[in-house]
Amino acid sequence: KPGEILDEEKLERFFADLIRTDMGVKAATAIVDELRTKHLGRTIVLDELWETIRGKLKDILTGDGETEWEIENPMSPINMAEEGPTVLLVTGVNGVGKTTSIAKLANYMHQNGKKVVLAAADTFRAAAVEQLTMWSQRIGCEIVTKESGVDPAAVAHAACQLAKEINADIVIIDTAGRLQTQTNLMDQLGKIVRVVEKQIPGAPHESLLVLDATTGQNGISQASNFSSYANCTGIVLSKLDGSAKGGIVVPIRQEMGIPVKFVGLGEQIDDFQVFNPALFVDALFDRGDVA
Amino acid sequence: MFESITKNLNEAFSAFRIGGKLTEKNIRDGLQQVRQALLEADVSYDVTKEFIDKVAEEAVGDKVLKSLDPTEQVVGIVYQELVNLMGPVDHSLAIKRNDVSVIMMVGLQGSGKTTTCGKLARLLKEQGHRPLLVAADLQRPAAIEQLRVIGEQIGVPVYSEDPKTSSPLKVCQNGVKQAKKTGDADIVILDTAGRLHVDDELMAELEAIDRKVRPDQALLVCDAMTGQDAVNSAKTFNEALEIDGVILSKMDGDTRGGAALSVKQVTGVPIKFIGVGEQLDRLEEFHPDRMASRIMGG
Ligand SMILES: Nc1nc2c(ncn2[C@@H]2O[C@H](COP(=O)(O)OP(=O)(O)OP(=O)(O)O)[C@@H](O)[C@H]2O)c(=O)[nH]1
Ligand SMILES: Nc1nc2c(ncn2[C@@H]2O[C@H](COP(=O)(O)OP(=O)(O)OP(=O)(O)O)[C@@H](O)[C@H]2O)c(=O)[nH]1
Ligand SMILES: [K+]
Ligand SMILES: [Mg+2]
Ligand SMILES: [Mg+2]
Repeated sequence: KPGEILDEEKLERFFADLIRTDMGVKAATAIVDELRTKHLGRTIVLDELWETIRGKLKDILTGDGETEWEIENPMSPINMAEEGPTVLLVTGVNGVGKTTSIAKLANYMHQNGKKVVLAAADTFRAAAVEQLTMWSQRIGCEIVTKESGVDPAAVAHAACQLAKEINADIVIIDTAGRLQTQTNLMDQLGKIVRVVEKQIPGAPHESLLVLDATTGQNGISQASNFSSYANCTGIVLSKLDGSAKGGIVVPIRQEMGIPVKFVGLGEQIDDFQVFNPALFVDALFDRGDVA
Repeated sequence: MFESITKNLNEAFSAFRIGGKLTEKNIRDGLQQVRQALLEADVSYDVTKEFIDKVAEEAVGDKVLKSLDPTEQVVGIVYQELVNLMGPVDHSLAIKRNDVSVIMMVGLQGSGKTTTCGKLARLLKEQGHRPLLVAADLQRPAAIEQLRVIGEQIGVPVYSEDPKTSSPLKVCQNGVKQAKKTGDADIVILDTAGRLHVDDELMAELEAIDRKVRPDQALLVCDAMTGQDAVNSAKTFNEALEIDGVILSKMDGDTRGGAALSVKQVTGVPIKFIGVGEQLDRLEEFHPDRMASRIMGG
């Protein structure tokens, strides 16, 4: 490959492509600054620089090994209870895909012989309970519901109790969408956490934050506030089947250390995968589907 | 106002503040700060670039160079230009006087269409209209039930069909037909299923509804927290449907909402309303000046 001189114009093109992933100005600038320091005015091969960038991003998203999981085994990223039911709490802002992601996870676990109990703890949004109920029927798993308007912590409590009674393996708690700035609603999450912890030691064993891949820089504040109240242990990055790249998970991983565990790739029950940093990073700079 | 931009501009213009002379280069450096602020607010890269080029033309003029407070001048130009680009204000909904009007709500999954249908119906009812909600999302589990609950909350009827035997196009056609026949409703609001702009099949389905039902208004509901992808989805929806307006949902959080500028730039259609909460009375008219302040971190 013939070399080229790296000039400011080319650096700007790197910057543009990085920004388009939604990783944000800070992360993009850090990468471009490093390129500038190392290579400005020198002969470079663009493809090789891209390869270096991709490698770096993969490292960031893989972390230092403690979060490696088997791509083929969707159970592997989940921190299972040593004994008794494992409790998964699923949170996030409105409309990101919490309920659908829960259905996908529950289905996988059910198919693999796990006894799953869903907790319909979104007692607020219109027909949220019906939505999760329809999924539970399709999956064929247990669900605990209460009337709309009831304290969500009471639903989570009842689900944990049922799980213990019937020796279930997994409890997945669906929560109402809320913006991370609504402190009263965020407090409510804290209450759910306390209630399930009382029921089952160590619960929730996983606290999954669902982030929509189209989310821009607000994702940082989402991750940080939800973590304060629900101590997020992983991210489900939904709607990656569109043209949005989901690059916001890069600064979230860098600044808060929260790993992406699963990705959502559609509306159907099988449209999800264990997060694969290599595939994800390669897709970050693939602009094939964008006009 | 605009604390962070002001601080950064002051830094960029610091030579001037200690008695030096402001140069065109200082101004261009200052505009880099503005650029960063816009990107941090999620304005798309290309829209930001175009915007900065435009502002630069104005900002390198004598008015700024000779001003006693160049920061204030630049901030003023940026603000005014943002307001201009996001206007003009147009909250109208093309409601016909003696016929049934049809409003179609479209957008990506989870953007807030169904809730916004309820909000609009409530607003129109308050204005003396008789809206009918049509449940054209036969895809998402319990979507019909969701619209039904919303309709009940605001006392607005909901038209729906059995999803097993109907199709989105049929529901829309029959909903409008019923409104015309019975005369019980003067505005029909179609709640369509969420879809990705890259999903050709579902986009074609939407185009078919658009062609055959001919809504008076096709409104794109866009999540205010959207990042760089807002331009791609808005552009494609607009190319497919020639949308008439945009509603920005979920503005009640702390997002800077730069997607507003991106979407306005690529579609050219007015942003009509903003959603500021889950409750059905949480719909407000869009104000370009407030949005400009917000994007600038005001
Ligand atoms: N294309 C695509 N759509 C998805 C994905 N995950 C969820 N959706 C869709 O996004 C919309 C919202 O999904 P929900 O699961 O209801 O989201 P939620 O976070 O539970 O929403 P609230 O409870 O209202 O806050 C639905 O139309 C889903 O079908 C995904 O990975 N890809
Ligand atoms: N905070 C806030 N939440 C909103 C607003 N508008 C809608 N929502 C919430 O966003 C979530 C998704 O809203 P829906 O109306 O179901 O969205 P949709 O576009 O119809 O979703 P699909 O039909 O699945 O594509 C729900 O939890 C709503 O309550 C808003 O302005 N502010
Ligand atoms: K969204
Ligand atoms: Mg939900
Ligand atoms: Mg809907």
